[in-house]
Amino acid sequence: MKSQVKLRKYHAPVWSEPIIMEMSHRGERGILIPIAEDEIKTAIGDAESYVPEEMQRKELPKLPELSQPQVLRHYEHLAQETLGMEENIDISQGTCTMKYSPKVNEILARTPQIADIHPLQDEDTIQGVLQIIYQLDLFLREISGMDQFTFQAGGGAHATYINACVLRAYHDANGELGERNEVITTVFSHPCDAATPNTAGFKVITLMPDANGYPDIEALRAACSKHTAGLMMTNPEDTGIYNPRVEEYVKAVHDVGGLCFYDQANLNGIMGVARAREAGFDACHFNLHKTFSSPHGCMGPACGAYGVRNKLAKFLPTPLIGFDGKKYHLDYDRPDSLGKVREFFGNVQVLLRTYAWIMSMGADGLLEAAHVSVINNNYLSKLLMAIPGVTKRYAEDKIRLDQVRFSWEKLEKDTGCGTLDVQKRMIDFGVQSYHTSHHPWIVREPFTPEPCETYSKEDCDYWAAVLRQVSWEAYTNPKIVKTAPHNAAIHAINRDVLDDPKRWAMTWSAYLKKVDNNR
Amino acid sequence: MAKKESVIYPYIPNSVPEIKEEMLKEIGIKEAETLYGEIPNNLRFKRKLNLPKPILAEWELKRHVMDILGKNKTCEENLNFLGGGCWQHYVPAVCDEIASRSEFLTAYAGEVYPDLGKYQAFFEFQSEIGELVGMDVVSLPTYSWGCAAGNAVRMASRMTARNEVLLPETISPERLAIIRTFCKSAVRKARIDVRLISYDSKTGLLDLESLENEISSKTAAVYIENPSYLGFIESQSERISKIAHDNGAMSIVGVDPISLGVVAPPADYGADIVVGTAQTLGIHMNCGGGGIGFIASRDEEKYVAEYPSLLISISNTVQEGEYGFGICAYQRTSYASRDKAKDWVGTTTGLWTIVAAVYMALMGPCGFKEIGQTIIQKAHYAIKLLSEIGGISLPFSSNSFKEFIVNFDGAGMSVTDVNKALLSHSIHGGKDISREFPELGNSALYCITEIHSRQDIENLVSALKEILK
Repeated sequence: MKSQVKLRKYHAPVWSEPIIMEMSHRGERGILIPIAEDEIKTAIGDAESYVPEEMQRKELPKLPELSQPQVLRHYEHLAQETLGMEENIDISQGTCTMKYSPKVNEILARTPQIADIHPLQDEDTIQGVLQIIYQLDLFLREISGMDQFTFQAGGGAHATYINACVLRAYHDANGELGERNEVITTVFSHPCDAATPNTAGFKVITLMPDANGYPDIEALRAACSKHTAGLMMTNPEDTGIYNPRVEEYVKAVHDVGGLCFYDQANLNGIMGVARAREAGFDACHFNLHKTFSSPHGCMGPACGAYGVRNKLAKFLPTPLIGFDGKKYHLDYDRPDSLGKVREFFGNVQVLLRTYAWIMSMGADGLLEAAHVSVINNNYLSKLLMAIPGVTKRYAEDKIRLDQVRFSWEKLEKDTGCGTLDVQKRMIDFGVQSYHTSHHPWIVREPFTPEPCETYSKEDCDYWAAVLRQVSWEAYTNPKIVKTAPHNAAIHAINRDVLDDPKRWAMTWSAYLKKVDNNR
Repeated sequence: MAKKESVIYPYIPNSVPEIKEEMLKEIGIKEAETLYGEIPNNLRFKRKLNLPKPILAEWELKRHVMDILGKNKTCEENLNFLGGGCWQHYVPAVCDEIASRSEFLTAYAGEVYPDLGKYQAFFEFQSEIGELVGMDVVSLPTYSWGCAAGNAVRMASRMTARNEVLLPETISPERLAIIRTFCKSAVRKARIDVRLISYDSKTGLLDLESLENEISSKTAAVYIENPSYLGFIESQSERISKIAHDNGAMSIVGVDPISLGVVAPPADYGADIVVGTAQTLGIHMNCGGGGIGFIASRDEEKYVAEYPSLLISISNTVQEGEYGFGICAYQRTSYASRDKAKDWVGTTTGLWTIVAAVYMALMGPCGFKEIGQTIIQKAHYAIKLLSEIGGISLPFSSNSFKEFIVNFDGAGMSVTDVNKALLSHSIHGGKDISREFPELGNSALYCITEIHSRQDIENLVSALKEILK
């Protein structure tokens, strides 16, 4: 059956933009810069005389030479060939919470009072910035039940890396680091929950799901020992199923002396409903570019706000923000700190947007966002489950929260069109390509939408109608799905190149050296 | 549960009660509460979050936030001489324009078909940085210069199977702290020892004799910076790379690419891996939120295999003459291989990557040459005038690029006091480094860029003369 919703006619802008190096015209200038005044030149002489001869550049870099309108046009075309969240119904990127970022907050973040502040300015001259960060810390403490946050992490994985470093510092301080060298995670937690403790030197044990999709608690119990440094997991996991026995997991790890970290990159469905503290966790993190509305910016700048209970606060990176009742200050005097994971104190423009968003929502607004995101998800789920070829794995009777991991396994068996084929075809209808699943694919032919509170009922209807259309095509005319995309800016790419050292090229200069290999 | 106020939220279309009810009806339940049935009662948060009363009207919100931000004194209002890891350069209007394009601002991790423009801009960033540093592989950036340096040291350690890195004592303490974090491991044998090499007390340059003494078959890499944290250009860079190579170690060089129109690309003096910031390339300071750091190397499989970062490769499509893009050797990343990957990667600094690409395209070869010359001339003009003030000395400044040390020992005033006094002249004085480098006495690190006019420099000089008299 074809969809009842009228699908829009869509075609992505096609500009066939050359690589900017190909657009160069010798001598053109994109911008002029303030050159030193004559008095300075007279007093100082040639700049080169201050660069040791052996350190002078001999040949100019082969950068493109273009006038300003041509540079602007090129990047505006590239912008048009990018499907931002604001340009589409971005229910597609599940686990990423593609939420509306209020424009007013963007205007605020771009004021010189944020953009043109140096982080080393005298504290008296950045009281506004410090107040925003301090207040945001208090808000997130309330939302999580933790006692102290740091905002130094520039993304979610960076926050889980801080957690791995905190585990290291905590057990080291207790003299147990030599023995406690294992971190437990679950396969449905984000890959960074496995990768960051590994980088920090821990052996990683990954729990697989049981028959109901929960991390196998017996496997957890078997994994817990005197070697356990900690647990790093999400809940609900990518399946969207809240694990009601989460306390038992936490207890099992605490019983052997490990710490428990709650990856709450996307808190959205349970904001104001359930907190890390009540579930017993020692630490958690929130992605401010997901749940808290800061825009994703083509993969950052972002923030993984990382919060801990009091007993771990002394290990947090420096500096933290303090307040003595009158003045805000930067606290660098933290002898037990793990040190630093990045320069300065965070992506302040992201923190400002988050602060403003929370202030505009209040406690009721946050709860409303959580409720609506879960209602939207269950509404969408109902629509999707009625589409031929769609199934969902695990605990079918359980209500999912903010997202669901669906499967096209049946569609693939019936028609030969799998999830990657559907992913390429759906964009022909003007929606972003969906997130399949993090690796490994435990659910076969997976896809993971997340219709957060930004999206209207009509948006959900449209998004489901797109998948219904693609499913219908797969059953009636699979070739159109297999050869997609048809309405995108480019056609199917040659993926072999990406793994072939003779042909891959990360720069234009490398490409020119290899261009014959690509023919 | 506490009762919610009934508000129609402009950001939440389905906060309209009638619509919500209709949807709940479709789902087959009566109230949203039922959807949380899986959460045990004792794990439910029972009270209302204790947050400030919301400011619902957009105008009132804007005014509230602007009132708070009004307490800041910006580097537009004040004359700024702070650098030291975050630098004030001019941000071209076209960079701001592209940074505010909603497509780039609000896209995320979409595939190349819907997000072709994002991929192409990333590839162009990599290509442009590659031209500046003289390398054929450049990564999508990580969070900052310090993080890139930490990643590079770990790459070198894996490539050489050695567990020690040598750094100059003049390194930025902040970057050093990050590198130390990255070099730690829960397992002793996996730790990378971080050792500092002393410097010549007259010039600030690396003490090559110490380097020769310290380097050994344990050394994975020697890391230096150009310009250094203390501002000077390391004139012995080529010899340092050679000493590293002679001992089977790698040469890693950190750069501020704004210097690379006049300063040699690290590939020319033996660097194996280059790292650096791109914040200086069209990105506002954002109180430190402008951080972005890249990694670059030669185009060899053994290097590519060690990058933690995403690497965008150009490709072709089924259509003749069409460019496509994708992630090179994806299996190597932690997205694909979780704990089997060699390091980790995540959401980093995509928007800044695009903005820096725009900046490099605007500047072109001549722009980079001129900005390098201008900065050097202006910095040395400041050095000249400052050195004529009684009580001030400027160690290591003969090879300075844009930063230099100003020592106040002869003036009998602490940097703290000097900076407080400068503030009353609406000047942000240089970074106090007297605690970071006690051996350099009562010193501050000053930064001059193209934004400083002759008048600005002379205003600083006359303010200091007045303060120190």
